Amino acid sequence: MNRHLISAGDLSRDDALLILDTAAELAQVASRPVKKLPTLRGRTAVNLFYEDSTRTRTSFEVAAKRLSADVINFSAKGSSVAKGESLKDTALTLEAMGADAVVVRHGASGTPNRLTNWIDGSVINAGDGTHEHPTQALLDAYTIRDRLGRLDGLSVVIVGDVLHSRVARSNVLLLATLGVDVTVVGPPTLLPVGVETWPCATSYDLDAVLPKCDVVMMLRVQQERMHAAFFPSAREYSRRYGLDARRMATLPEHALVMHPGPMNRGMEIAAEVADATRSTITEQVANGISIRMAVLYLLLGGTEPAIGHDPAHTEPTESA
Amino acid sequence: MTAQRYLLDGVRPLGGEPVRMLLADGRIAAVGTDVDAAGAEVVDAAGLHALPGLVDLHTHLREPGREDAETVETGTLAAALGGYTAVFAMPNTEPCADTAGLVEQVWRLGRDAGHCDVQPIGAVTVGRQGERLAELGAMADSAARVRVFSDDGNCVSDAVLMRRALEYVKAFGGVVAQHAEEPRLTEGAQMNEGALSGVLGLGGWPAVAEEAIVARDVLLAGHVGSRVHICHLSTAGSVEIVRWAKEKGWDVTAEVTPHHLLLTEDLVRSYDPIYKVNPPLRTDADVQALRQALADGTIDCVATDHAPHSLEHKETEWAVASPGMLGLETALPIVQQALVDTGLLDWAGVADRMATKPAAIGGLAGHGRPLAEGEPAHLVLYDPAAEWTVDRARLASRSTNTPYAGHALPGRIVATFYGGRPTVLDGKPT
Repeated sequence: MNRHLISAGDLSRDDALLILDTAAELAQVASRPVKKLPTLRGRTAVNLFYEDSTRTRTSFEVAAKRLSADVINFSAKGSSVAKGESLKDTALTLEAMGADAVVVRHGASGTPNRLTNWIDGSVINAGDGTHEHPTQALLDAYTIRDRLGRLDGLSVVIVGDVLHSRVARSNVLLLATLGVDVTVVGPPTLLPVGVETWPCATSYDLDAVLPKCDVVMMLRVQQERMHAAFFPSAREYSRRYGLDARRMATLPEHALVMHPGPMNRGMEIAAEVADATRSTITEQVANGISIRMAVLYLLLGGTEPAIGHDPAHTEPTESA
Repeated sequence: MTAQRYLLDGVRPLGGEPVRMLLADGRIAAVGTDVDAAGAEVVDAAGLHALPGLVDLHTHLREPGREDAETVETGTLAAALGGYTAVFAMPNTEPCADTAGLVEQVWRLGRDAGHCDVQPIGAVTVGRQGERLAELGAMADSAARVRVFSDDGNCVSDAVLMRRALEYVKAFGGVVAQHAEEPRLTEGAQMNEGALSGVLGLGGWPAVAEEAIVARDVLLAGHVGSRVHICHLSTAGSVEIVRWAKEKGWDVTAEVTPHHLLLTEDLVRSYDPIYKVNPPLRTDADVQALRQALADGTIDCVATDHAPHSLEHKETEWAVASPGMLGLETALPIVQQALVDTGLLDWAGVADRMATKPAAIGGLAGHGRPLAEGEPAHLVLYDPAAEWTVDRARLASRSTNTPYAGHALPGRIVATFYGGRPTVLDGKPT
């Protein structure tokens, strides 16, 4: 494992599987009466959030606390320049406070990379601009494996605003590493230039790919895209790329519906689809905590079994 | 001009055979093998190349307004250390150089600093806002005698306004230097658009945003019979358009920066804003096309786009960092590395692209002249065999945003003579 987790592309297949297996092990903690391990006692994790994200910040916070780490929430809206203190100064401050891990969310792509120049501790990318969100991809992979029992050879379709989606970037990289066939689908205006060089297939036709996929992952469409000529109207987008009950019915019976949240119900995903049993949206949230526990544990030097007893009894059955 | 006489002993004009060159009364008084050195200070120039003093058509001196990044004094000292004897100062100062008073202020600051000629460029539109023409004639008639006009940093994107500017400056032999960037196509742009921008999640600055404006402006210049100069060409497609326009016989010139001749977008993988420039670093195919075009004359000259920025504007997130890098002190070594050492250009070609052509485009008659008897003694002595490592702490510029810090570059500027007077000797300011 690298010291930092910046990009899903930095993870080897073995690294990724180690994280998923460790997460499966740690997931058991959630079902215990006392949901806490002493594993990271005395270590400090800082949540450095320049963008609002209650969901991700809380997930990291709960993960760190379940491992008994001290958690500092450092919220700072906007860019560091707008705020007056430079990113570098903030980093040096956190360094002086003895942060062992800095979990950073920032609106500018590449900010976690910059922080690695100034921070000795581990930097964990919790979403940077339109670049990456590797722990989201890990929790998505975990959720798929948990539900379908495997990853290798599955077919995953990622639908929507791939251009602006850090979730899509990380998922394409991670799922490809894990042997998944990925197809990204969207209007040509929302697929990035150069997408043909990514380790995935592309399509503009959602109906054509749905009957053959094991997982369909819907991406959030942001309000500002609706007014910037990426597509003619919300209605047209919804008709061509939204997942409604009719389209869901064309999926194979076992296929899952995923969404990183928050959802635009009625836009990219219909309410009845979001609430269907094949939808994994709330599981994704729960699994996020296990994944983030695993990442913190492994990056902060965990070498012993995370739970502290015979790993034979904690072997995840779903990792077959 | 100084009365001091200098004898450059063993100097090789444009890399040719060694001669003695006598500088007196601000001029080249004699060139030959048996020039009399009586009364002259002898400079041992054995093995050194002499080139005409370099001329930069595209410099940001930041004064007035951003003296924390650069001043006319520090910027022109950097110019002298880079072998320049004249620089054209872009008008994106604060306030903007869009009036006769402002351009005269910059011109006087340059004259008082005394390191090289400072020729202000006037803004095309008021405040570089692209809405109405600035008083181009008043700037032309001022003490600064402005002949080059540019909204650099911004594109004159309104086609009618651009047409009017091109027509209007004909009255005083002016030229409009266009920052070619279609603004709608580059909204949110952070780097060259391509596969890498998609991977890095940085907004793409597509080549077509430059090429669309280059195409429009050469057509406009051809239509109204005026002169247009394209700033910092960065794409292979732009090269093709300029080549086509020149074949048509239209009065079109173009420049390329040293960094676009050497560096590629791959450096952006580091997310280090030291590599953030506008236009952005492009692909290797673009770099090769630009080198070829400079060598074959399609691109007329090298211009530094020297863009000093203080540390707090560079040591930050990529998205909010200011675009631009230093250029004056490293331009000649970079051109040597990219064009001379690769066999694309000889030293006469370097003199043409870095002195003669930019002086001619900017209408600066006393610069970029041949190294011949009777000509103004603006020249640079250069050791192409030397190697040096760029050290941020030793730059004359007030800013340190050079991507070459810690890198070894070929060639060394040994001396610069400005009007017969050394501004740099033995690599140091006099």
